[in-house]
Amino acid sequence: MDDLVRELYQEVILDHYRHPRNYGRVENDVRSVLGDNPLCGDRIEVFAKVEDGRLAEIRFEGSGCAISTASASLMTEHLKGKSVEEALAMIQAFHDMVTEGVKSERLGPLQVFEGVRDYPSRIKCAVLAWHALKAAILEQSETVTTEADE
Amino acid sequence: MHGSHQVEKRLSLDIEAVRSCFPALEGKARGKPLVYLDNGATTQKPLCVIEAIRRLYHEGYGNVHRGVHDLSERTTQQFENARVQIAAFLNARDAREIVFVRGATEAINLVAHSYVEPRLEEGDAVLVTEMEHHSNIVPWQLVCERKGAELLVVPVRENGELDADSFRSALSDRVKFCSIAHVSNVLGTVNPIKHLVALCHEAGIPVLVDGAQAAPRMRVDVQEIGADFYAISGHKMYGPTGIGVLYGKYERLAEMIPYQGGGDMITEVRWSGSKFQAPPHRFEAGTPNIAGAIGLAAAVEYLESLGMDAVESHERDVVEYGAKLLRGMPRVRLIGDPLERAGAISFVIEGVHPHDAAALLDAEGIAVRAGHHCAQPLMERYGVPATVRASVGLYNTRSEMDALAHGLRRVLEVFP
Repeated sequence: MDDLVRELYQEVILDHYRHPRNYGRVENDVRSVLGDNPLCGDRIEVFAKVEDGRLAEIRFEGSGCAISTASASLMTEHLKGKSVEEALAMIQAFHDMVTEGVKSERLGPLQVFEGVRDYPSRIKCAVLAWHALKAAILEQSETVTTEADE
Repeated sequence: MHGSHQVEKRLSLDIEAVRSCFPALEGKARGKPLVYLDNGATTQKPLCVIEAIRRLYHEGYGNVHRGVHDLSERTTQQFENARVQIAAFLNARDAREIVFVRGATEAINLVAHSYVEPRLEEGDAVLVTEMEHHSNIVPWQLVCERKGAELLVVPVRENGELDADSFRSALSDRVKFCSIAHVSNVLGTVNPIKHLVALCHEAGIPVLVDGAQAAPRMRVDVQEIGADFYAISGHKMYGPTGIGVLYGKYERLAEMIPYQGGGDMITEVRWSGSKFQAPPHRFEAGTPNIAGAIGLAAAVEYLESLGMDAVESHERDVVEYGAKLLRGMPRVRLIGDPLERAGAISFVIEGVHPHDAAALLDAEGIAVRAGHHCAQPLMERYGVPATVRASVGLYNTRSEMDALAHGLRRVLEVFP
């Protein structure tokens, strides 16, 4: 268990799970997408407000495991205020890191999720909020899941 | 005195000998000795099952009910012997009451299609319970939708037992069929199945019993239970995957339309129409899962050699010991705590998502399941998105339950 805690359940992840940042709904003028993994029972709704080409606001709400919740929380913390282009690039970089192990300086503290790559069944948890945010930015759909593309 | 000694002996398993029959149990998971507690999902296989399948393919086999050549005749005999053995295991009156299918899911779908659908009319109802597996919900939803019928649900009480009064009052004239789990795959509840079947029959309602979780862990006597149909799943009872059995009373099977069309289920095929075989072959179109049936017969033989009463009492000891350990743990809440429990213990941990708990236990080599266990309506009823489920098999021990409890204590430390 110690290895798993070292690689996956690090203190910063547990902290964001217990005390999620930017948690709660945004009601007005906002794009929202539900990330739904019914097999896991993870449901995370992401709210994003785009103003002047920037992510003026990102929040989330829902319930999920430590990995999906902490990932959503850290995402909101680090992408808030970023330009849409930079945000999309970070979403891609995060995806490449957890699925293929591609390192990326631009992710900064989000690199704490690097270890997820070694636990294939948890990748879908880590990327759920990120897929929802991408769909919100691109106004692609109202619901996404990361359970189908494993 | 001598008699009571014998009974005692019959009720216990030589657990070391049992475990040595299962090579997979000697393996490791995440580098740790495997503690396999996901038997509700599927079970490991004893050597005799592995060997029966190996021997069939190694020594050569033929297709069944076809050739006059030696291999085909020998294989046909083995396949039909498997049917006889499984009939005896379930105490069916007649081997013709045993239909080979892919699993319990297909058994239920077969009955929905060939027995219930032709008899169901608009405004009728089918009755299930709130603790059913998706495989005993969705086929009924589909058939009810096609026929404009309604699917009625008997609620489960907080302790995981069926509400007997609700069950009785649900048996109205509208209900044309009832389908109930013998043992819940999530809660571990053992339903008073003989009583429930009798209540249905008093109301003139035929019944299917989903025995997927019961057949591996207790003596099943279909005549005593009295159900019209009983569904079992091979891989959950130490047999191969892709094989299951539908038991049906012969008079029921005889009045049913075919399920799938194809070879082996007909007596005569002409462009003007075909004539169908009598049961059970009427429901076994195409080349059946021959190795599966023979492997399942080997599993049944193994279970009989241990004695189902011994299996039941051993498992009950282990599962009740485990439930007691979990009840005593802080922040752990059992989901359902029925008086009569077999197989499964489901629980949630305050402040720890089931997936995180299962992942951390997995790191210790302990295999449990986290999720909705193909019973989403039941999760909704308890207001949880998922649970952790530990489910025992005949080879599990009290010390494996201690390992589970130890692992959970460490999970609580990681998530203080």
